[in-house]
Amino acid sequence: MTTTKGHDVPVQELDRVTIRFAGDSGDGMQLTGTQFTRTAAVFGNDISTLPDYPAEIRAPAGSLGGVSGFQISFGSGAIHTPGDAPDVLVAMNPAALRANVRDLVPGGAIIVNSDVFTPSNLAKAGYAENPLTDGSLSSFAVFAIPISTLNAGALEGLDMTSKQADLTKNFFALGVMFWLYERSMEPTLNWIEDKFGKRPVVAEANRRALRAGYAFGETTEIFHTRYVVPAAHLAPGTYRNVTGNEATALGCVVAARLADRPLVYSSYPITPASDILHQLSTYKNHGIKTFQAEDEIAAIGAALGASYGGALGATGTSGPGMALKAEMLGLAVMVELPLLVVNVQRGGPSTGLPTKTEQTDLFQAIYGRNGESPLPVVAPASPADCFGMAVEAWRIALKYMTPVVYLSDAFLANGTEPWRVPDLATLPDLHVADRDPATAFYPYQRDEETLARPWVVPGTPGHEHRIGGLEKLDVLGTVSYDADNHHRMSLLRAEKIARIAADIAPLEVFGPPEGDLLILGWGSTYGAIRSAVERLQARGKRVSHAHLRHLRPFPANTGDVLRSYGKVLVPEVNLGQLRTIIRAEFLVDAIGFNLVRGKPFGIGEIEAKAEQLLGDL
Amino acid sequence: MTEPTATAAAPVKLTRKDFAIEDPKWCPGCGDYSILAQTQKVMPDFGIPKENIVFISGIGCSGRFPYYMNTYGFHSIHGRAPTIATGLKLARPELMVWVITGDGDALSIGGNHILHAMRKNVDIKVVMFNNRIYGLTKGQASPTSEVGQKTKSTPIGSIDYPIRPLMIALAAEASFVARTVDTHIDHIQKVVEQAGRHRGSAFVEVLQNCNIFNDGAHRAFTDREVRDDRMLVLEHGKPMIFGKSRDMGLRLNGLHPEIVRIGEAGITEADLLVHDETSEDPTIHNMLARIYWPEFPVPIGVIRNVQRPTHDELVEAQIGEAVTRQGKGELVDLLGGGETWTVA
Repeated sequence: MTTTKGHDVPVQELDRVTIRFAGDSGDGMQLTGTQFTRTAAVFGNDISTLPDYPAEIRAPAGSLGGVSGFQISFGSGAIHTPGDAPDVLVAMNPAALRANVRDLVPGGAIIVNSDVFTPSNLAKAGYAENPLTDGSLSSFAVFAIPISTLNAGALEGLDMTSKQADLTKNFFALGVMFWLYERSMEPTLNWIEDKFGKRPVVAEANRRALRAGYAFGETTEIFHTRYVVPAAHLAPGTYRNVTGNEATALGCVVAARLADRPLVYSSYPITPASDILHQLSTYKNHGIKTFQAEDEIAAIGAALGASYGGALGATGTSGPGMALKAEMLGLAVMVELPLLVVNVQRGGPSTGLPTKTEQTDLFQAIYGRNGESPLPVVAPASPADCFGMAVEAWRIALKYMTPVVYLSDAFLANGTEPWRVPDLATLPDLHVADRDPATAFYPYQRDEETLARPWVVPGTPGHEHRIGGLEKLDVLGTVSYDADNHHRMSLLRAEKIARIAADIAPLEVFGPPEGDLLILGWGSTYGAIRSAVERLQARGKRVSHAHLRHLRPFPANTGDVLRSYGKVLVPEVNLGQLRTIIRAEFLVDAIGFNLVRGKPFGIGEIEAKAEQLLGDL
Repeated sequence: MTEPTATAAAPVKLTRKDFAIEDPKWCPGCGDYSILAQTQKVMPDFGIPKENIVFISGIGCSGRFPYYMNTYGFHSIHGRAPTIATGLKLARPELMVWVITGDGDALSIGGNHILHAMRKNVDIKVVMFNNRIYGLTKGQASPTSEVGQKTKSTPIGSIDYPIRPLMIALAAEASFVARTVDTHIDHIQKVVEQAGRHRGSAFVEVLQNCNIFNDGAHRAFTDREVRDDRMLVLEHGKPMIFGKSRDMGLRLNGLHPEIVRIGEAGITEADLLVHDETSEDPTIHNMLARIYWPEFPVPIGVIRNVQRPTHDELVEAQIGEAVTRQGKGELVDLLGGGETWTVA
């Protein structure tokens, strides 16, 4: 390949860019996006990403249903979301263009592989005319590059079929993007060596594709500007990029170490939770035990059995699996053993939208069991926050001897952001104190402060006892059908969970402590709400943001915070579940903003809704 | 955490009384009393401290069993005891874990769990009380009820073909499969003890009488007067002989089992099938699990008893290998692993 100095193009500095890579689900768009993300992260940008992939592993090639996307937003300031509208769309085929073009910012850039805009591919995507030539994209900057042809040329002479060679065209596109944003190819070249080192031809093909894309940017004159996004000012420390599922898994491992007990993670494959099982199953040399159960019920049963034996028993699932686990969760409430149930929420009801995000399982988490069956519910707010909230969930489970439901969602699970690797010394001590062996043992004698019962595990001499799902006699723990005892035990179980409110961080407010509008969120809406509130505040609006990480019980000051604002807006990716609870518990006339589309809120949507409410004041 | 071992160095001398705790609350005359008494009697023989023994049950009359054993016990939910037992065994391989279940609990609502606990060779001992009826819910047809059986839920007779429990256990590759009868006191003791000593998944069907809702379900072949002629007591390495006068036997005619009389038509003991509970080939075990009164005598005893690594052993082995290969994992490496960058 000839090397040239490249044409001289002006460089423009930007504080934030959002790129969406889209193609067939077999085009390697997730990988392309991940490589761009790693490069941006290592460079020092703050980042946030969101993959968007279809439920079908390989929908018909070229069809709209088979389009897979990956969006990254990176910047020199704080990045809270993967971005509303992409500035740049990389579309590897007509279907990817058609499925994504409407999301692009006006005037945004489109980079397409023009080789595949054939009549048959256009027909599959539902285009009557070629959009590259019919003028329909005139409001965008379109860069039509014959990627397949150029890539095939770059790989000429390698011992591979043209079909195999074509599989690397995503790296050609990646190379173009690296050039456009002045990024080093080094991290990806290293990755290629790690991944394909043992298959030199494949490694060489990917290297050539990447470099050819970069060189294309440099030598051709179709791009008139390059862009640079300076590094962000993150707090000092060592960082890595994590998905929510990775952070959740790491949080569980760390919690087990902080408690000095083994971790047993038991799960049944389900999207989008399976990656937690995959990840933990690679930690065998850390003593982590994983169990792929025969079904969702067995998964939580084995987790509870492990907790009964003194381990940290955890299970992970998504909504449909959560429905199956409900009865065992009720048993865990009755036998008062620590247990973590991770629900990575997805679109419902039923099978719903398996790969899309939603916040529709809040009612299920809080109320979805028979009987008076209270348990704590927590929700992380961002991918990196999953780590801290997993540790927090375990802190509560172990201190209060209770199952805890941890509500993540597909957006958090698959999205990424930089995570500052914590100093273990700053994390809470999760040791469960041994009970005083000199005192008499009763299975349901409670700690005066926490109301937790003692965790006396099989193998403890002299304390043989029986537990189970039947109502227990207060203190003694034997079976009791007594009416007054049942009432007392119901109150005790409720009180135990209620007392956690005094033991969790108060609800923090971002912005003035009182004002015209409070936007209250929970879970993955954090980034969009925070960004919207930042913009509103910058325009002088009296708007604040409060984000609930504890949904049962609520932080003790929640009512006071809610009553300090003229209006309370609750954006949720459901039809108003938190809002309903807020209204019931605090008699605050909260206003809902609810979009159930299987995708996160855009910043602009929340901003516009807030403006509308402020305008009505 | 305490780290006890099931097989303590110094054998513990316990008696049946050490394992009794409260008076059972089953119906007077229930077959469960006998199973409980014989289990309590056998327990001291294992030499295991009782704190290292756990009984886990599901729902049904059998589900109350753990309350009457002075060991650790967990009365869980319908059909799910094997799942809890599996998790417990995963966390604490050194414990001796029993699962007490019934025909409805194990084969209907919990059918899936039985299959998988067995096929994974989880080191648990499943004792299934088979009374061919739902007793605790007062008399509905169970998965082992007979065709035509009149119950509260099948007033003009059940139309469902019954499950043969031991066929399920064999199909799931349980490494120990046995059958016994509530009224055969010595036999239960022997079978329970063998199950307890087996390493791996054990499945024991106890033919148990519910004298309230399905009285006499097994009487046709278990009654004292007829049992010798109508049941085949299996013994490893011995020919399959039965009958009051020990003159009846089982042999293979081609691929089919056949009852023959020793001494008639030149038949001798040498013509009979010899029971081999350790045979890897399950053909004869399948046959024994399938034949039943009135066509054949009902086989009781250990049908299959083979060795293969248990689930917990395999889990521990993988962890051990990973530590050998990669070194014992350090948390700092795990957290700071992958691609990191430093912000000063």
